[in-house]
Amino acid sequence: MSDTYKTLAEFAQTWGLLYFVAAFLAVLVYALAPSRKKRFEDAARIPLKED
Amino acid sequence: MTQAATSQKSMTFGEAGSALAFAALALLCIIIAAKAHTPEYAFHAYLFAAASGWAAFKIVDRYYDRPALLPPLTINGKPNYNMGPVKFATIAGVFWGVAGFVIGLLIASQLAFPALNFDTAWLSFGRMRPLHTSAVIFAFGGNVLIATSLYVVQRTSRARLVGDIAPWFVVLGYNFFIVIAGTGYLLGITQGKEYAEPEWYADLWLTVVWVAYLLVFLGTVMRRKEPHIYVANWFYLAFILTIAVLHLGNNATIPVSIFSPKSYIVWAGVQDAMVQWWYGHNAVGFFLTAGFLAIMYYFIPKRAERPVYSYRLSIIHFWALIFLYIWAGPHHLHYTALPDWAQTLGMTFSIMLWMPSWGGMINGLMTLSGAWDKLRTDPVLRMMVVSVAFYGMATFEGPLMSVKAVNSLSHYTDWTIGHVHSGALGWVAYVSFGAIYCLVPWLWNKERLYSMKAVNWHFWISTLGIVLYISSMWVAGILQGLMWRAYTSLGFLEYSFIETVEAMHPFYVIRALGGALFVGGSLIMAWNVWKTITAAQDVAVEVTPALAAAE
Repeated sequence: MSDTYKTLAEFAQTWGLLYFVAAFLAVLVYALAPSRKKRFEDAARIPLKED
Repeated sequence: MTQAATSQKSMTFGEAGSALAFAALALLCIIIAAKAHTPEYAFHAYLFAAASGWAAFKIVDRYYDRPALLPPLTINGKPNYNMGPVKFATIAGVFWGVAGFVIGLLIASQLAFPALNFDTAWLSFGRMRPLHTSAVIFAFGGNVLIATSLYVVQRTSRARLVGDIAPWFVVLGYNFFIVIAGTGYLLGITQGKEYAEPEWYADLWLTVVWVAYLLVFLGTVMRRKEPHIYVANWFYLAFILTIAVLHLGNNATIPVSIFSPKSYIVWAGVQDAMVQWWYGHNAVGFFLTAGFLAIMYYFIPKRAERPVYSYRLSIIHFWALIFLYIWAGPHHLHYTALPDWAQTLGMTFSIMLWMPSWGGMINGLMTLSGAWDKLRTDPVLRMMVVSVAFYGMATFEGPLMSVKAVNSLSHYTDWTIGHVHSGALGWVAYVSFGAIYCLVPWLWNKERLYSMKAVNWHFWISTLGIVLYISSMWVAGILQGLMWRAYTSLGFLEYSFIETVEAMHPFYVIRALGGALFVGGSLIMAWNVWKTITAAQDVAVEVTPALAAAE
């Protein structure tokens, strides 16, 4: 029982941390990549477009 | 098939299928009503039977009245939006809002003057309190979320809602769930889980409605003409999807019998407590935060006529918020049987939530750059901006209270109630009021609201109410916490519990006064909405010079 707990806790404390950091970095890259600058500036105006 | 429809009218699969399903459900409910274990459950079964019978009749009746062709997706190249369900949900939101605030005022008054339950079981605090929380969160908030989401997804996708019967099923089915839940509390039917009190059969019904909601929303997004899925739709989607998962996990119950309202949860002991607060805190995170952030991201840019301050920040805001919120639940169980590491995990993730919360708040507020002057002249925009400020305040206070040392003072006291209401009244209700004030003239094709002066009155009266509410609860809560932990020099507790209750009385009176002001403001809104809808087309001149009066 305590072995299972220890294994799970170790897994969560190492791979969980790495997973969150990697996911956050991926979001940062996606959001801040210069190639998407224009696209996101256009997207910011979507509510203002009238039809 | 579409060619044939021009000459020959035939029932769609949705019409025939749902009419048959409702007829079958009505029959089943009559059998259940006949064999029900309790009269309260029989009453609910009859309600279900009547509503299903009505729905089956209405679907067939509507089929005979409608033209052979379903409404077109576009007219002259422009999307043919389906706003009927949106209108219904908007009005339902206003109605349930006023009802929920009035019940809140009643229970606030009961805490100050207990005789106000009039010695009836129906009006007892234990039944009225879930009625209040469900009415304001799920009935008022839920209808506002459904109305705005179905509006925003159509406008930002430039596409008509998917489905013919489905959007109406979502709106009417959801409100029927509210009726079942609310009458159940009054009759004493509850499974005793906070913010998830309805019993298994109501939960099952909500699941069906919610899946239909997800499909209508997702289908409309997939039908979009706009290549990019606007950030508000991401927030709405996270809200719909996560609430579905939370609802299923937290309501994993086994009914005693199909003829009994009673059920038992499959989780046991502290696991059940953890599942309950995984649900409870994410009801805050995904229902009361993500959904209303979607409102912020559409209605504030629209009203201020400014683009979102930073769209890139909104993407980071979105992913950070949904990744962190889901872990924060254990902070509701500090110093309980929950393992220590889980408590610390909940606290850590709550503190990390400061970042996305404030990122979102800054993004909302800064959207006004270049349009700050509008705050002076437009009380609707002012309401929404104040709501974002309250969001920032409540999400600062929340992580603070999740710190174990602070929680040892604040937990179980009225500080929690004050914190919840600064978020609920200041953030959720205010951004909803703002959205309703925007939506009503847009939906009913009016040039403007009937009275801007009334919006101004609503704003100031309600704001005064919120200030009275939260400041009295801060004082009451900290006083309570300090009295509970006060010891005499001999090591005895200094105060008996009843002494701490007595000390609360003046603050409870002030809180009830704040609540009364908030109810007053909502009545002004209901009147204004009613007058706007019923006013003659093109309300060009206003009776009173509102803007001059505002200054």
